[in-house]
Amino acid sequence: MSRCLADRSIDHVVLERGEVANTWKTERWDSLRLLTPNWQSRLPGYGYEGDDPDGFRTMPETIGFIERYAEVISAPVQTGTTVTSVRGTDDGYIVATDQGDWRCRTVVIASGAFAIPRIPAVAEAVPSSIAMLTPKEYRNPEQLASGGVLVVGASASGTQIAAEIHRSGRPVTLALGEHVRVPRVYRGKDIKWWMDRAGVLDEFYTDVDNVDRVRNVPSLQLTGSDDRHTLDLNSLTDVGVKLLGRIAAINEGQALFSGALRNLAEMSDLKMNRLLDRIDEWVAENALDGEVPPPHRLEPTRVEESPPLSLDLRSGEIRTIVWATGFRPDHSWLDMPVFDRKGRIKHDGGVVEAAGMYLMGIPFLRRRKSSLIDGAGDDARDLSAHLAAYLDGTSPLPPPAVRASAVG
Amino acid sequence: MSTPEMSATDTPIDNGVNVNALLDAREALSETPEAAKFTWRAKCEWVNGTHSRSTVEGFFGLGEEQKHRAQFTFDADHPEVFASEDHGATPVEIVLAGLASCLTAGIASVAQHRGIQLKSVSATVEGGMDIQGILGIDSDVRNGFEGIKVTYNIDADATPDEIKAIVAQSQKRSAVFDAITNPTNVTVEVN
Repeated sequence: MSRCLADRSIDHVVLERGEVANTWKTERWDSLRLLTPNWQSRLPGYGYEGDDPDGFRTMPETIGFIERYAEVISAPVQTGTTVTSVRGTDDGYIVATDQGDWRCRTVVIASGAFAIPRIPAVAEAVPSSIAMLTPKEYRNPEQLASGGVLVVGASASGTQIAAEIHRSGRPVTLALGEHVRVPRVYRGKDIKWWMDRAGVLDEFYTDVDNVDRVRNVPSLQLTGSDDRHTLDLNSLTDVGVKLLGRIAAINEGQALFSGALRNLAEMSDLKMNRLLDRIDEWVAENALDGEVPPPHRLEPTRVEESPPLSLDLRSGEIRTIVWATGFRPDHSWLDMPVFDRKGRIKHDGGVVEAAGMYLMGIPFLRRRKSSLIDGAGDDARDLSAHLAAYLDGTSPLPPPAVRASAVG
Repeated sequence: MSTPEMSATDTPIDNGVNVNALLDAREALSETPEAAKFTWRAKCEWVNGTHSRSTVEGFFGLGEEQKHRAQFTFDADHPEVFASEDHGATPVEIVLAGLASCLTAGIASVAQHRGIQLKSVSATVEGGMDIQGILGIDSDVRNGFEGIKVTYNIDADATPDEIKAIVAQSQKRSAVFDAITNPTNVTVEVN
């Protein structure tokens, strides 16, 4: 966004509570690599120039990439500045920080979608003998007591952490809800390459059936590794990870799990196959069938005949629980009547219901790729155009009710 | 009457489900979530032996008392192998019927929403049970089902994967499927 604003000669400042790439430096586990290939981190005026376009950046490489971008575009970043509140005024906003106040006509909220771990309420009933953590605090298996680990959640974080912990000799049980399975490599190309080429990642928020639903779909089960292996429930079962349904309740130390595991696996397989069908159709439409390997389908997800429905958390078998159950944004500093009844900012493709306020970097903000590094560019181009029109007084004004309360 | 969805050949799809009304209700209730709070009720009278008769008529929803078009009655009893008189289905069979009915209603609704014409839908439901549990022979055996298997035969203008996806989505949205696969706090009081 800073780059797009600079291109339009709009004077701005980027406030950062820590350092550039702060979250990448402080809230990620050691072995994590980007889920998207190197070539796919395309930012306005900046892309990958190394000799491994299909590789996956490590965390130090990701941090370096973002730091270099900030330098290349000479972003006016003020680090070490924590925003404490944003309030509306007659002609814009007052942004209060621990380093003094800013007055501005427009505000772009780009503080991230993954700030606060979302932990289900049943966690309160976990016996105190069991250590609990989230992917935000998790660094590596050595941090955990020896013994069994229950990982809750099977998106990218949950499956990667489950695999790594299980390899360390701590037997992992994975309790899972809805998840999205994909092969890492399909017909000789990375799945992200196909999704990019076939237009899947460019799908627009106004073209989907139910935008609230797609904004809450968990991240793809993927891992970035040198051998480009597929990480899914079958690969976890192969190494001995035990699968359970969604955690439903904890009664007197007994954790109870949903009996709907088979349907979750079936839904995920069907969804994956629809994506692969779509890729195959795109290949056929573009007459590429002779140029890439033929289609194939993955083995259906294996679910044991009668998965256990309970687990005694007081038996000592489980020593640690990792809640990989997702994150939510932290907008607690935003003193504006722009939230819906579930505490989410109300917006139309990133245009918030308060004049001159914009949101970025949340899942499916404007496009399927909006939460990817690769999605920031197109969203920033669109929203900076809207922002510039607003400053020029040429954009349509929001509904009067919202404007009035924003001024108050 | 709302306009039915159209298929690729422009033949109106009609599974007898008014999806537009359901979608309108979803939209309206997401604005007024308190109206979405429903209470379902059944009354049950002991007749004799293991025979009982349940009736349903009123329920609460959309902020007020509602009524079925008529009172519906369900006789329940146990079969003669249990030395009962078999005046009705066993309660566990009523649970299985409830599951199948809920999933089947969901299949019709999801198919209508997806523009898929159903020609026939039939289900077989089986619930395995070791009655050593209910007879108190072995306390390690639970009273309830060991597992439930539902098998659908569906004829529809759709691919096998599209049909599977409808059945999967129906499970995802089914109240009875959720009630059976997840624990529910149950309070039983005596006046």
